Amino acid sequence: MGKIVLKQIRKSFGEVDVIPGIDLTIEDGEFVVFVGPSGCGKSTLLRLIAGLEDASSGKTEIDGRDATNLPPGRRGLAMVFQSYALYPHMTVRKNIAFPLKMAGMSQAEQDRKVEQAANVLNLSNYLDRRPAQLSGGQRQRVAIGRAIVREPAAFLFDEPLSNLDAALRVTMRQEISELHQSLKTTMIYVTHDQVEAMTMADKIVVLNAGRIEQVGSPLELYNHPQNLFVAGFIGSPKMNFITGEVAAQYGCTTLGVRPEHMVVSSGGPWEGVIGLAEHLGSDTFLKVDVPGLGVLTVRGSGEMGLHHGMAVRLGPQEGRLYRFGPEGKALA
Amino acid sequence: MARAHSPRRMLITTIAAWGVALLIFFPVLWMILTSFKTEASAVASPPQLFTADWTTENYAEVWARSDYPRFFWNSVVISVGSTLLGLALAIPAAWSMAFVPGRRTKDLLMWMLSTKMMPAVAVMVPLYLVFQKTGLFDTRIGLVLALMLMNLPIIVWMLYTYFKEIPGEILEAARMDGASLWNEIVHVLTPMAVPGIASTLLLNVILAWNEAFWTITLTTVRAAPLSAFIASFSAPQGLFYAKLSAASAMAIAPILILGWFSQKQLVRGLTFGAVK
Repeated sequence: MGKIVLKQIRKSFGEVDVIPGIDLTIEDGEFVVFVGPSGCGKSTLLRLIAGLEDASSGKTEIDGRDATNLPPGRRGLAMVFQSYALYPHMTVRKNIAFPLKMAGMSQAEQDRKVEQAANVLNLSNYLDRRPAQLSGGQRQRVAIGRAIVREPAAFLFDEPLSNLDAALRVTMRQEISELHQSLKTTMIYVTHDQVEAMTMADKIVVLNAGRIEQVGSPLELYNHPQNLFVAGFIGSPKMNFITGEVAAQYGCTTLGVRPEHMVVSSGGPWEGVIGLAEHLGSDTFLKVDVPGLGVLTVRGSGEMGLHHGMAVRLGPQEGRLYRFGPEGKALA
Repeated sequence: MARAHSPRRMLITTIAAWGVALLIFFPVLWMILTSFKTEASAVASPPQLFTADWTTENYAEVWARSDYPRFFWNSVVISVGSTLLGLALAIPAAWSMAFVPGRRTKDLLMWMLSTKMMPAVAVMVPLYLVFQKTGLFDTRIGLVLALMLMNLPIIVWMLYTYFKEIPGEILEAARMDGASLWNEIVHVLTPMAVPGIASTLLLNVILAWNEAFWTITLTTVRAAPLSAFIASFSAPQGLFYAKLSAASAMAIAPILILGWFSQKQLVRGLTFGAVK
């Protein structure tokens, strides 16, 4: 079991409200990703759930039990930190066994569980090494191992992959997703990387300035962003926003068009000059300077044969437009 | 960029280093040489660095005339005892200052350090009276307490500096793993800070061993350590330089040997945190 309910959780540091009051329900077995720009309060929210920060007000329930005032070790949660936070003076074996030792488990039981976790995480050959003798990926696995052996109600991940190189990050991302598939335990994952969020999550919570902007599945957020912030944050490259007369023609204050929904064709309504063309082979990204509209990003599939300085006509795909009102809210 | 090391420059630096080292070491050397002279050649004018009539008689006489083992044992108890007691108090204090600092933590640290700037003689009379009234005068426990309090600011400061270097996330990980505060300090913080704690221990043992003002003021016979042992050779019988030197050499030898063997640890301790 691992259902977590936050009721009006608020956190302030002195005069500053970092989290002004959040209501959120995380269902048992869900993979939830908190995503948002730096300083949006996502890590603070995770630490509030972990018990590493005390909430200024509000209530945290874990499996129906009020956990608001429980210390971190008694919440039944396990956390994987960005810096791995391994105990440098202990071997891998002792690192993984540490929570079991703290729980007063017998040595035989500790050994059995450590062996089991090491098998799952391919760490069996490294059990007698110290963290300093391991690579970044191996250290991350040890941190995950230390979390697994506790059989927690939920795993909390605080930007666990940001210290790894790009290739390893992809591998570890898959490993964590597979781990979730096999353990079926609730996982809460904090990241600023929206690709991680989109690929791993069952449910994404988009945060901005301590507030939840939207909660939904990755494709819900992509297809139906509730406001400008979510529309701009989810999707890469970022959505194009067009204001002024053109937006007014569509009956809105801001018109949103995703780069992948821009079409370059001779019949397009807008004309501009290519300022930058990036050729990735599989995709081509264009920055087109359209007078009156600004610089629009276009994502085309394959090689488009377009270059810097060329004049092109372009327009949005019909039925793929996002319309926003004066306060940035999505219009139906 | 690597600095050029010309042979000439190396030679000058080496000579300068030896010169400074000799200058610092000279009083100790002079004392050791004097301790092997006769009283007559010890006070010879002009002073002689070396003499023709070397003798070990001073040591034999000092040993025969006083109870060296008792003074030595008192020194051990007082210096080690005050340091261990200081560490027991300073570890939790430094932990809270480093990991859960309050609004006034920095002020508190400065205030603790400022007590070291106060001349000891300023509190001599009150402390002397307190010790007499409470029966702590001329007791080892009294001196352990006094020296612990004198050195506590240094112990807290040194440990605070070490603890600041330990990432807070590791302690948070221990908390998530179900460690109580006690387990966090015993199983995680202390083992990680062992080099720092060892340096602090060594330095404070040395400071307490060499402390003379309070150990002489607050003792007469029973609890008197080696500093009082040296002093006892200067006052009543007039100045017998050779015997005084022999007594001093016997008093500093143990700590000199300890310092020699632990110099690596000491230097590391004193420069820790200075260079990143």
